[in-house]
Amino acid sequence: MTPEELGEIAATQQEEALRFKHRIHVCTAASCLSSGSDRVRQELANEVVSQGREKQCQVKGVGCMGLCVKGPLVSVKPDNVMYQNVTPQDAADIIKSMDGSPVSRLECATDQPFFRRQVKIVLENSGRVDPEKIGDYIGANGYEGLLKALTEFSPGEVIEQVLRSGLRGRGGAGFSTGLKWSMVSKADSERKYVICNGDEGDPGAFMDRSVLEGDPHRVLEGMAIAGYAVGASLGYIYVRAEYPLAIKNLKTAIRQAQHHGLLGTNIFGTTFSFNVDLRLGAGAFVCGEETALIASIEGRRGMPRTRPPYPSQEGVWGEPTLINNVETFANIAPILRNGGDWFARIGTEKSKGTKVFALAGRVANTGLIEVPMGITLRDIIFEIGGGIPEGRRYKAVQTGGPSGGCIPEESLDMPVDYESLKKLGSIMGSGGMIVMDDSSCMVDVAKYFMEFCKTESCGKCVPCRVGTHQMHGLLERITDGSASAQDLATLEELCDLVQNTSLCGLGQSAPNPVLSTLHYFREEYRAHIEDKTCPANVCQIQSTKEVPA
Amino acid sequence: MGTSFRKPVAPSSDKRWRIVDATMRRLGNESHALIEALHTVQESFGFLDTDSLRYVANSLRVPLSQAYGVATFYHYFSLKPPGAHTCVVCTGTACYIKGASKLLQTIEQKFGIRPGETTEDGQLSLVTARCLGSCGLAPVAVFDQQISGMMTQEALLAKLGRMEKHDA
Repeated sequence: MTPEELGEIAATQQEEALRFKHRIHVCTAASCLSSGSDRVRQELANEVVSQGREKQCQVKGVGCMGLCVKGPLVSVKPDNVMYQNVTPQDAADIIKSMDGSPVSRLECATDQPFFRRQVKIVLENSGRVDPEKIGDYIGANGYEGLLKALTEFSPGEVIEQVLRSGLRGRGGAGFSTGLKWSMVSKADSERKYVICNGDEGDPGAFMDRSVLEGDPHRVLEGMAIAGYAVGASLGYIYVRAEYPLAIKNLKTAIRQAQHHGLLGTNIFGTTFSFNVDLRLGAGAFVCGEETALIASIEGRRGMPRTRPPYPSQEGVWGEPTLINNVETFANIAPILRNGGDWFARIGTEKSKGTKVFALAGRVANTGLIEVPMGITLRDIIFEIGGGIPEGRRYKAVQTGGPSGGCIPEESLDMPVDYESLKKLGSIMGSGGMIVMDDSSCMVDVAKYFMEFCKTESCGKCVPCRVGTHQMHGLLERITDGSASAQDLATLEELCDLVQNTSLCGLGQSAPNPVLSTLHYFREEYRAHIEDKTCPANVCQIQSTKEVPA
Repeated sequence: MGTSFRKPVAPSSDKRWRIVDATMRRLGNESHALIEALHTVQESFGFLDTDSLRYVANSLRVPLSQAYGVATFYHYFSLKPPGAHTCVVCTGTACYIKGASKLLQTIEQKFGIRPGETTEDGQLSLVTARCLGSCGLAPVAVFDQQISGMMTQEALLAKLGRMEKHDA
């Protein structure tokens, strides 16, 4: 493909879209699909034909629109009308209403805070482009960032743009992306690799999944730009096998990009060649850790090793390797297109840009959101999220999955950025955000995460393998009412030990849910141990049990 | 090794082995193809038995112990044949908060199986998933590849009943 051809495809696509007076977008991301959106799409397409409106109306499947709880979602452009809970039976009415007023019984307000308060960079195409059509992506300025990188910038200048953007790793740890890229680019080797970490293992997180399903080309473009910047010609995308739709859409996207010469040899007629290969995870949480992920790509058990050497020096096949998360790569194309300075204007001083969160749990508007860094948790939960349903009371929000912590009411006005969340005893994490109300017991939640870490511990180092097991046992005793005050002291001691002596991030962060609930909700632990009651009435406490000495 | 290596013969004349061979060939029959090859076996046959592990290990020239090690390390791989129908209950955080454990209890009471088990008549297997990523619709369950959200105990039993009837 030549730069001119890219421009032509984009122009044709944009013209084609304008040919239709009404463009009807049906969400076909996993969540809406499970509520039957594929049948809705089919029925809408049938109605367009039977009402003879093929010339005015276009029906297409698009990625996640965000408000998953109200799915299946349908939006009509440019009319700016949105419909919720659409069934196949509604199709006829929707098509009939095209030149009149919208179908009021299905309408979903587009000016509600859920949509208004979001800022979309990563998800700019989500809900707009058909993930299975490369032309649609190109029509939305797709691959323009790659073109600009290859034809206007040297690899060093690309890294300079990423450094200026202030982008930090969206996998959770928040390491400077530009710095990581420059480390790999400086590593001395003939062969280098780029890996996209799509092993989204945190329970309660579906950001990466939505990006891969809804806009897979954006990730490929980001990876290709990274390959050019660091001097790699092969990239791997490591995706969970539990995400069949993401895998299917990625396979299609890779094939299309290769067909159009946007992956392969001499991209845009330059000397740069880059290809992408897909690798499936097999259900091991620890593989989100970069050295474990590399072991898994090499076909071995996903067990981490000590660092250094970091993957930037010795990664896959012992060669320098750049590993970034899906969302990180998804930010790259817009940064190249609009410049690093543009990106740096969004967000806070140390945390730039936006963050995608998967909002779930006891909150009215569950779904996928993208907000500027620095927004408060209160705004996310009560404005965008619409607060707690069923008249219940907010208790805590859990961020960062099994490596994160629970944040109570009094800290809700803290801005969302890497440093603030860490100060609160949680972490940014990859973006799972689970809201809990007074029907959740915090000790039980801590036990849930510890059970997770215990099962997912790879077993290589003793503190994690044995420590998580012991901590889980202690939490079980607390929740069944057989624990003593001494057990609590032992639990705290173990938290310290496991945190400081485990080999990798899984073990080092496994105590976080316990530590943060102990910090903010110690009273609940006390009630279980001393009063033998569960304040939230979740735990089955055997009140007759004797307290062991 | 190199020249003296002879590719082992597939465990049976089943055509599905050709799909497995194709996966291994695509990755150059190298040892790093192990996980991808096991994925293909499980996708084609439903689970990994000793014969298939031995065949893949020998084809890729990795010790059988390593193939077994990988197959047992990753939760996604199953060494037991699945039942005629499979129900997956998501136990991710959002589903947990919204009552996934009640769903599991319901199935245990009605069918007498726990996660990882199959009913005696081989009709139903119960599996849990760490997170299916459909947290917006929690709690979520999957019935023979069909994902359903906002599950209640009643809806769950109705779905399971329909699944079995469909078969009869």
